[in-house]
Amino acid sequence: MYDYTDFDEAFVRSRVAQFTDQVARRLDGSLTEDEFRPLRLMNGLYLQLHAYMLRVAIPYGTINPRQMRQLAYIADTWDKGYGHFTTRQNIQFNWPMLPDVPAILSALADVQMHAIQTSGNTVRNVTADHFAGAAADEIEDPRPYAELLRQWSTDHPEFQFLPRKFKIAITGSPHDRAVTAAHDIGLRMTKNAAGEPGFEVFVGGGLGRTPMIGHLVREYLPIEDLLPYVEAVLSVYNTLGRRDNKYKARIKITLFETGKEELTRMVEERFAEVRPLFGGADQKLLADIRAAFAQPDLKTAPVDAYDAFYKADPVFRAWADTNLAKHRKDDHAIVTISVKAHGETPGDASSDQMRAIADLSETYGYSELRISHEQNVILPHVHKSDLPAVHAALSQAGLGTANVGLLSDIIACPGMDYCALATARSIPVAQEIATHFEALKLEHEIGPLKIKISGCINACGHHHVGHIGILGLDRAGVENYQITLGGDGTEKAAIGEKTGPGFAYDEIVPAIERILRAYLAVRTHQEETFLDTFRRVGMAPFKAALYGSEGEQDAA
Amino acid sequence: MSRKYIPKVVTANRLREGDVVYQTADDRWTPHHHEAELIEDEARAQLRLHHAAAQKLYVVGAYLADAKLGPNGPEPVHFREAFRTRGPSNYAHGKQVDLSNV
Ligand code: SF4
Repeated sequence: MYDYTDFDEAFVRSRVAQFTDQVARRLDGSLTEDEFRPLRLMNGLYLQLHAYMLRVAIPYGTINPRQMRQLAYIADTWDKGYGHFTTRQNIQFNWPMLPDVPAILSALADVQMHAIQTSGNTVRNVTADHFAGAAADEIEDPRPYAELLRQWSTDHPEFQFLPRKFKIAITGSPHDRAVTAAHDIGLRMTKNAAGEPGFEVFVGGGLGRTPMIGHLVREYLPIEDLLPYVEAVLSVYNTLGRRDNKYKARIKITLFETGKEELTRMVEERFAEVRPLFGGADQKLLADIRAAFAQPDLKTAPVDAYDAFYKADPVFRAWADTNLAKHRKDDHAIVTISVKAHGETPGDASSDQMRAIADLSETYGYSELRISHEQNVILPHVHKSDLPAVHAALSQAGLGTANVGLLSDIIACPGMDYCALATARSIPVAQEIATHFEALKLEHEIGPLKIKISGCINACGHHHVGHIGILGLDRAGVENYQITLGGDGTEKAAIGEKTGPGFAYDEIVPAIERILRAYLAVRTHQEETFLDTFRRVGMAPFKAALYGSEGEQDAA
Repeated sequence: MSRKYIPKVVTANRLREGDVVYQTADDRWTPHHHEAELIEDEARAQLRLHHAAAQKLYVVGAYLADAKLGPNGPEPVHFREAFRTRGPSNYAHGKQVDLSNV
């Protein structure tokens, strides 16, 4: 993976020193909270409901075992022994104390990590396909481009005070696992008629208060035009984006108000100005970065042991069927480690689990790891003959749950258990859905299903693109949960449709059960997934199941 | 007719630790909601809030939260404030354990 240059190292160290001084001045009273707040946010430090929270960037979800162990060390030393993987491929510590934060940042810098630009109106952590560099369907590893964007955007003087935060996602595969359509800029690799790789560029996607699917503004962007084009988009947005109303400040609103045609025209015009200023230094840099992402030397060995195990052991088979994905090399597999044991908090890993994962990565995974936006951890390259050993070790660490892509593989934001912005809880709803259906033994029967839960309209839990989305709201001082159906975060991206009136906290799990029983009743056969069924039959049977015939009229 | 004023407590997070505290009538900061001063009058509430906000070396983000009188003292009205008296629901972390040891 990419290693810091002296420049990166010096930059991160100087930021740690700067922030150490700022914390000291806050603690001795020379800085007021109003002065200090923007400074701490620039360094990823939030004040949440019960404590501070430190958000640490995991650029494009790529992390190495040494870094993972350091996160475990931080969790044990300054937090409560665990960390929370977020839907933006970051990790959050929920209990740091302010005087300890400089030491934490310094410990992060020791392993080339930081919390810069995890907050504020800047270009945030660039997210990428979590199977990057390993997926069978990949055109190219997207991470060198993500790293190029990271270097270019970090501390970019023009883009430190954008109208609002700015999120970029990138995928190297036609199958979009990075939810690119829900980002300010989404980049999907594609090939032109000559077979040369480039990008489809989507602009103006986003969830939150006004969910929108990104618009395709460039069908083919040559690789060498990536930075100038992204700079042109940001530059137009920086000028046009509204600063009078924070709910109208994201580029999706700029695009909506300006019109796609006009915005595209302005971007192309700006691009024509900016393009000649890029003299090729970026391409030289890209070449160096590419070298840092060289593929590991994958071993060749027989896979008989895997085949035999797969036949003989039903527990292993169930896990292999759900948690493995197709690797570009036939005798390898991509392992998704579920951090979603039934009843546990989605995305939380204990320090012991982090260390177990680091060990496995070193022993069987060529020292590679990824964090997915679905809050799981990935071993991108494992030889099939090693899978039984990997599965056994994972099971011992409480990480062997065979549920990836199923009902209990739920995305849930921290919600009102931690987040100061929340209007309702999301974690316990996820926990109860998982344990309820586990008890009913219905999860495998139901098959592929993405449930996503957010604790407020900001939609960090991506509920709009969940096959079943759940949004927690505060209705007259009571938690109330609104359901959407039919959302999709892939290349067929769609925003889910509201079913009708919401449900109280103790009604939400039964409501989800009614939806899923209706699905089982109307699907044509077992292979027709929930999403396919919804697309075929529409809302009617689900509304009937939720509200009965009377409610159906009310909600219509 | 002005509506009846909903009583308030002054609450904030401690600067260093970040945990939730409440202002008492004798100007301490307590982790216990029921020890907070229940303020029944709007003018006094503003006064007490200003007083809290001035203590920038001790607390952050002071605000007024609705409260009502219970058998042991003030109780929260809204569920958000009730959660703030305890801690998260997914782990035994925060006040629900920190305070039971006291
Ligand atoms: S969706 Fe709302 S509650 Fe959930 S993490 Fe985001 S801001 Fe907090």
